[in-house]
Amino acid sequence: MMKPLSKQLSDHAAELRCPRLDPGALGVRPTARRWASSDAPKITTHYSIHPRDQDPRWEGTEMERFADQADVVVVGAGPAGLSAAIRLKQLALAEEREVRVCVVEKASQIGAHTLSGACLEPSALNELLPDWKERGAPLHTPVTEDIFSILTEKHRIPVPMLPGLPMNNHGNYIVRLGNLVRWLGEQAEELGVELYPGYAAAEVLFHEDGSVKGIATNDVGIAKDGSPKDTFERGMELHAQVTLFGEGCHGHLAKQLYRHFNLRQNCEPQTYAIGLKEVWVVRPEKWRPGRVEHSVGWPLNRNTYGGSFLYHLNEGEPLVALGFVVGLDYSNPYLSPFREFQRWKHHPFVAPTLEGGERIGYGARALNEGGVQSIPELTFPGGILIGCSPGFMNVPKIKGTHTAMKSGMLAAEAVFPRLAVLEEDSAPSAGLHVPEYAESLKASWVWKELHAVRNIRPSFHNYLGLYGGMVYTGIFYWILRGKEPWTLKHCGLDSDQLKPAKECTPIEYPRPDGKLSFDLLSSVALSGTNHEGDQPAHLTLRDDSVPVERNLAIYDGPEQRFCPAGVYEYVPTDDGAGMRLQINAQNCVHCKTCDIKDPSQNINWVVPEGSGGPAYNGM
Amino acid sequence: MSGRVLVGVKRVIDYAVKIRVKPDHSGVVTEGVKHSMNPFCEIAVEEAVKMKEKKLIKEVVAVSCGPQQVQETIRTALAMGADRGIHVEVSAKEYESLGPLQVSKILAALAKKEEAQLIILGKQAIDGDCNQTGQMTAALLDWPQGTFASEVTLEAGHVKVVREIDGGLETIKINTPAVLTADLRLNTPRYATLPNIMKAKKKKIANVKPADLGVELASKLQVLRVDEPPQREAGVKVESVDDLVGKLKEAGRI
Repeated sequence: MMKPLSKQLSDHAAELRCPRLDPGALGVRPTARRWASSDAPKITTHYSIHPRDQDPRWEGTEMERFADQADVVVVGAGPAGLSAAIRLKQLALAEEREVRVCVVEKASQIGAHTLSGACLEPSALNELLPDWKERGAPLHTPVTEDIFSILTEKHRIPVPMLPGLPMNNHGNYIVRLGNLVRWLGEQAEELGVELYPGYAAAEVLFHEDGSVKGIATNDVGIAKDGSPKDTFERGMELHAQVTLFGEGCHGHLAKQLYRHFNLRQNCEPQTYAIGLKEVWVVRPEKWRPGRVEHSVGWPLNRNTYGGSFLYHLNEGEPLVALGFVVGLDYSNPYLSPFREFQRWKHHPFVAPTLEGGERIGYGARALNEGGVQSIPELTFPGGILIGCSPGFMNVPKIKGTHTAMKSGMLAAEAVFPRLAVLEEDSAPSAGLHVPEYAESLKASWVWKELHAVRNIRPSFHNYLGLYGGMVYTGIFYWILRGKEPWTLKHCGLDSDQLKPAKECTPIEYPRPDGKLSFDLLSSVALSGTNHEGDQPAHLTLRDDSVPVERNLAIYDGPEQRFCPAGVYEYVPTDDGAGMRLQINAQNCVHCKTCDIKDPSQNINWVVPEGSGGPAYNGM
Repeated sequence: MSGRVLVGVKRVIDYAVKIRVKPDHSGVVTEGVKHSMNPFCEIAVEEAVKMKEKKLIKEVVAVSCGPQQVQETIRTALAMGADRGIHVEVSAKEYESLGPLQVSKILAALAKKEEAQLIILGKQAIDGDCNQTGQMTAALLDWPQGTFASEVTLEAGHVKVVREIDGGLETIKINTPAVLTADLRLNTPRYATLPNIMKAKKKKIANVKPADLGVELASKLQVLRVDEPPQREAGVKVESVDDLVGKLKEAGRI
């Protein structure tokens, strides 16, 4: 019997572009082992890999934690987390109820770990704080010009931005998202939200019945070798009736929760991209405030998803925010997203804007591309996932802030009526399960919007790559508004997509010229990133021998190229006989790309001591 | 002796952040930039709190001068163990010209008002790098000073200070009340943990105006222009000694 057309198409699309991984061809993936093989140098010292209860250096150390009870704990002070906190307090105020909302945030100040283009669709903000203009929200730049191009090595093909195309930005604002997040933080504090920047949520806590009880913040004062220092102090436990997890794209606690509660059994794996960004002060004659430019094509080939953005801000100084996005399902291990970004700036359509200008900011972050197909179960006993963590980004629009904010607001609205009034000294014995949140999200404009664009990203997985995708978008989205009855699949895990190095051609990247393009380390310096040096590296390896034996041997060490901060380096061993992986954890900008793209899935990003990480200013 | 120690804390741009000069060259960009407590001030706070834990003194008072944001820095000091704070309110405009002399006058006035037994400051701030406030404060009060302290021992009526000097280490004995400034090796500051940050919210921070202390903020110094240090230029390789001499003569060096 013939399969229905929709199923044939989805299966066919899935088969065409996605290589079926044959475990036999590449060697069996090593099972996670606790201890490194004896001849591999010990790299990982973090207690998540080497438990402290079996470590003699920790004998006798006081491990008891101070605990406090809140009504709602929010992990992550990003757009989703802060919108949820604000909404909760608005509801509490309206009903004259006291609700204790605590937000923990790993950055030292609100907004310091926020990085985005960004063209904000103000829909969610209009709902949350309709008087945002009077309150001084930093939305200073309405979009006035919308340019879309397909770039070739030397030329540019303009693409008309017809109304109705997802990339059309009429009515939107170019914002420095870090500044908007900082402003949201101020609004939250005014409403009485307790904000705790500089404290990372390091551990999920559970009740006896298995529901989520809250979180514990990071311990401090652990030495690089994993032993306790004199300054060692345990983190604090924050208990809540329900915990909202808004860690952003590929959160480390969310990763644990997916496994613990099996939240991904009915959805596709999430697919990602890495976004690199710089902020430049340009010469006044090059400045076009309100102008939005996007491009696809060069320097990426038609089978590597990605493109660029360049936005002219209107905040006094002639500032331009620009960047490059590369889909992490790329297959060539020699590809370096950072160097693609740097060389794109030399294109004849881009370079003139930057000539004579000065680069003042740099950063990078992974973003979700999976859309509805990759959204997991959103609620579980005691907890809720909001924002880019489960992933509500509208990929063709490249906007996820408005949907993240809305998801936070819907979470607050679903949670609030379920909150019990806690008596003094009484604590709940089970976390709240609030499936109403998922239902309200599915009934909201967020779902409608994401459903309409669900096939655009997967439509790139065809022989014509980029061009096939654009044709698909033109027909099915622009004309039919995503009403086609089928849902295309993604290709599987991004980390499975790399081909072995010997099957691929190294890419010749031009040297940075120091004026338009730059080397990696000077870029990382601009991110202001730093971590306390004497702490275990937070880029943990499940097996210390895998990097050299597998990543380097088969894939030529792709982590050296996909990390936008120079964390991973393969250096010769002291005796010169071989290579070893050196992890420069202090450089990390918390982008999460390594955890996503490591072909061996051996790298597990955990949260470092709070306050560490980038010091973005209005990125 | 009152058993009260005054600790000065300064809010500065975080040491890992790349500094950017304002386009009008009037100063550096501070808006939205990550700030933290001056590292030497953290060491000063830690030393005071340690003294309190050893019961050598009774109260630690954290002081900071500046606009509204410095309250965060005072809160961090409170979370590290200071008992109360004093915020000397200086408007953002006045803060631009606030220098060591004005701060010393403020600290001297506060020390008299609070009957402090000791003033502990960081040896210098990482933004101004002046290394003057401790010394000036001592001079204004006519108190002895123990600067660049890498070890402090408080005894009845006096304090033994091991100072880091160019020649090595110098140990001095000075009478209290005195001013001490902390150097890097004095101690390792503790973390301000979350439970302590929460408790610190309940500790008091008093607001004071410089005028209330009888201090005039007008500065006799005027910043004319701020520039980035010149870009380091590449060196030139020479082939022979004659070449080197020739190049030096060209540059007018010999």
